[in-house]
Amino acid sequence: MARRTPAPLLNRPVWFWALVTPFLAGLLVFVYVPLLWSLWLSFYDARNTVTPTDFVGLANYVALLNDRLFVDSMVTFVAFAAFIVPLTFACSLGLALLLQRVTVFRGFFRSVFFIPTAVSYVIAAMVWRMSFFNGARFGLANTLLTDLGQQPVNWLGGENNWYWLVLVSLRLWLQVGFYMILFIAGLNQIDPQLFEAAALDGANGWRRFRYVTFPLLRPTSVAVAMLLLFNAFQAFDEFYNTLITAGGYPPFARPPLVYLYLISFGGGAQDLGIGSAGTMILTLVILVFSLIQNRVLALGGGGQ
Amino acid sequence: MALTRRTLFTVGGGLAATATLAACGTNTGRTSPAATASAGTTASGPQLAQWYHQYGEDGVEEAVRAWAAEFTDAQIDVNWVLSNYEDALAAALLTPTAPDVFEYANGPTLDMIKAGQVADLTEMLGDAGAEFTPSVLARMTYDNKVWAIPQTVDMQLLYYRPSVLAEAGVQPPTTLAELTEVAQAVATPERGGFYAGQDGGIGVLGLLLMWASGLDEFNEARTEAAFNTSALYATVAQYKALFDSPGMVKAASADWSDASPFINGECALQWGGLWDLPNVTEAFGDDVGVLPFPASGGDPVVPFGAFSACVSAASDHVDVAQDYVRWLWVDSDDKQVEFSDGFGTHIPAKPSLFSRASQVASGPGADAAAFVTDHGRSNALFWTAASGQAYSTALSNCVLNGADPAAEFGAAAQTVDAELARVND
Repeated sequence: MARRTPAPLLNRPVWFWALVTPFLAGLLVFVYVPLLWSLWLSFYDARNTVTPTDFVGLANYVALLNDRLFVDSMVTFVAFAAFIVPLTFACSLGLALLLQRVTVFRGFFRSVFFIPTAVSYVIAAMVWRMSFFNGARFGLANTLLTDLGQQPVNWLGGENNWYWLVLVSLRLWLQVGFYMILFIAGLNQIDPQLFEAAALDGANGWRRFRYVTFPLLRPTSVAVAMLLLFNAFQAFDEFYNTLITAGGYPPFARPPLVYLYLISFGGGAQDLGIGSAGTMILTLVILVFSLIQNRVLALGGGGQ
Repeated sequence: MALTRRTLFTVGGGLAATATLAACGTNTGRTSPAATASAGTTASGPQLAQWYHQYGEDGVEEAVRAWAAEFTDAQIDVNWVLSNYEDALAAALLTPTAPDVFEYANGPTLDMIKAGQVADLTEMLGDAGAEFTPSVLARMTYDNKVWAIPQTVDMQLLYYRPSVLAEAGVQPPTTLAELTEVAQAVATPERGGFYAGQDGGIGVLGLLLMWASGLDEFNEARTEAAFNTSALYATVAQYKALFDSPGMVKAASADWSDASPFINGECALQWGGLWDLPNVTEAFGDDVGVLPFPASGGDPVVPFGAFSACVSAASDHVDVAQDYVRWLWVDSDDKQVEFSDGFGTHIPAKPSLFSRASQVASGPGADAAAFVTDHGRSNALFWTAASGQAYSTALSNCVLNGADPAAEFGAAAQTVDAELARVND
């Protein structure tokens, strides 16, 4: 006869630690130690060394904040975020709502929009740069323009602002599917009875979305908005790989991470003090932004 | 894009165009003892690690491995780094597994020298220093000490077809103003005039505009930016005139580092690399001419880059490593000629070897070699990445957006002054 309550081989705390330790160790070694090390480096003149001795206090921070190019890079980020955050939010929510109403091939359509998420930023950037938005006459976009009787556009040359279209459309294509899935998950959480009740009360279409769907999607919306903002801050891959030329990264459209990379690692240099100070400034800015966003959206506030 | 030698010509932006960032290698450059034993090396003596970046041409790797095996006083393990050479090397130099001998574009960086990562090679080189092209060896010299031995020289130059210029009734340009006229004169609806990259040449020509104006980055003492003058403003205005003219080609099927646009007839003049000379001559035969970047108040100029052998100061066998570098890159003329001439088009680092290198012995190759000797320049040691960014931003704002040169280069000069103060202390 089997025992009804098998004696635990080990007690619960041991299992807890056995399961948590690998993750915790990874987090410590790959996140917290580098973070604190970086903080330490930011107070030193640390060129070509990770164990600097030349303490410079806040000089690295002062140098960066007085560097108009670093300040410009923050403006670049704000411009990018101002485009990409609302646009991705609206597009992914719109797609999620549309796909909710599709009854045939639902899985197919969801996959179609999700697949770009699996594409590498580097590869996508190369496709955008080399074929779609090539500035030469034979680029796809320019071929269409010349067929329509327009002049070809030098998309990425920096003489105009069209590179924003390239960068924003690239990021949108890459990430819209992922946020669409988050919205679909959020929509599935809403009790269908509420829609029925709303329908009985005569609310349909826009009114149903405005007064039922959107308010109930709020937790998802807040999370999506936050993630979008963080990801916009971390813009690097698509900028770098879209705009890089054989002559180096061009002197425009440098978001903060790209600029920090260029000045701290450019040409094989290792200016780790400046780079660390820059990431610390960015971390602070992200923190402030998320606190403001939390306050505005009242996430976790008393008003739930 | 792997880091090939052509990407070292990024003097404008100060940034190597290492487009791939994803390399995360575990190769420390040291073969395990077992692997060495099975390789059956005959050399005795200590074991040294030597690093090369990946050369694009076939056969280079085999050649350098064979040469390393010929050295009798040490076992040399060659590590052929496939991508992100500069990043991998910079990281390795911080660790106990740093290579004993390694190559670096234009010698070690100022930070490497200041951090004591590389050995002083002055004494080892001795009088043999006089054999090297002076402009090239000068770039490896800091504080009156030589920090690297040039292996071979690459350079950039302006390609044109004499027949095309003759047809348009114009002479090869010797000044930037003439280049502006020539570019417009030769442009047709099908074929553009002058091409210097997808960024309109801002990246690759940036410092050339300064040098062609007769200016330097800094004053002699390297305490202050010296480029912020009206001579530079005039050159930038002239370049803007070229950039805005119908003779300028701003986008093409490849970047400047690949002569395909010139070969395909997308442009009549292209700024390119000497490495493309075989392709260009294959396409146009004798109808190929080369020029330095034209003067604009100063002298014509060509930028060069020279991968050069450095010895790690942290090596356990600095003396043997120096002997090896001397044997390979100072004494072995045959190997140096083969390294420059056998796998692509490069210029030997010693003028006395030019005549033995078939590709630079005559024709456009000989012109190119003469350009390096007469007009060769390379980015300055104290020109940090932040200085490069500030300068190219100013140039871009002036040429692309019509900003005021005095304000833009004034701001760049301030950044450069601040950087000089930072690296000088």
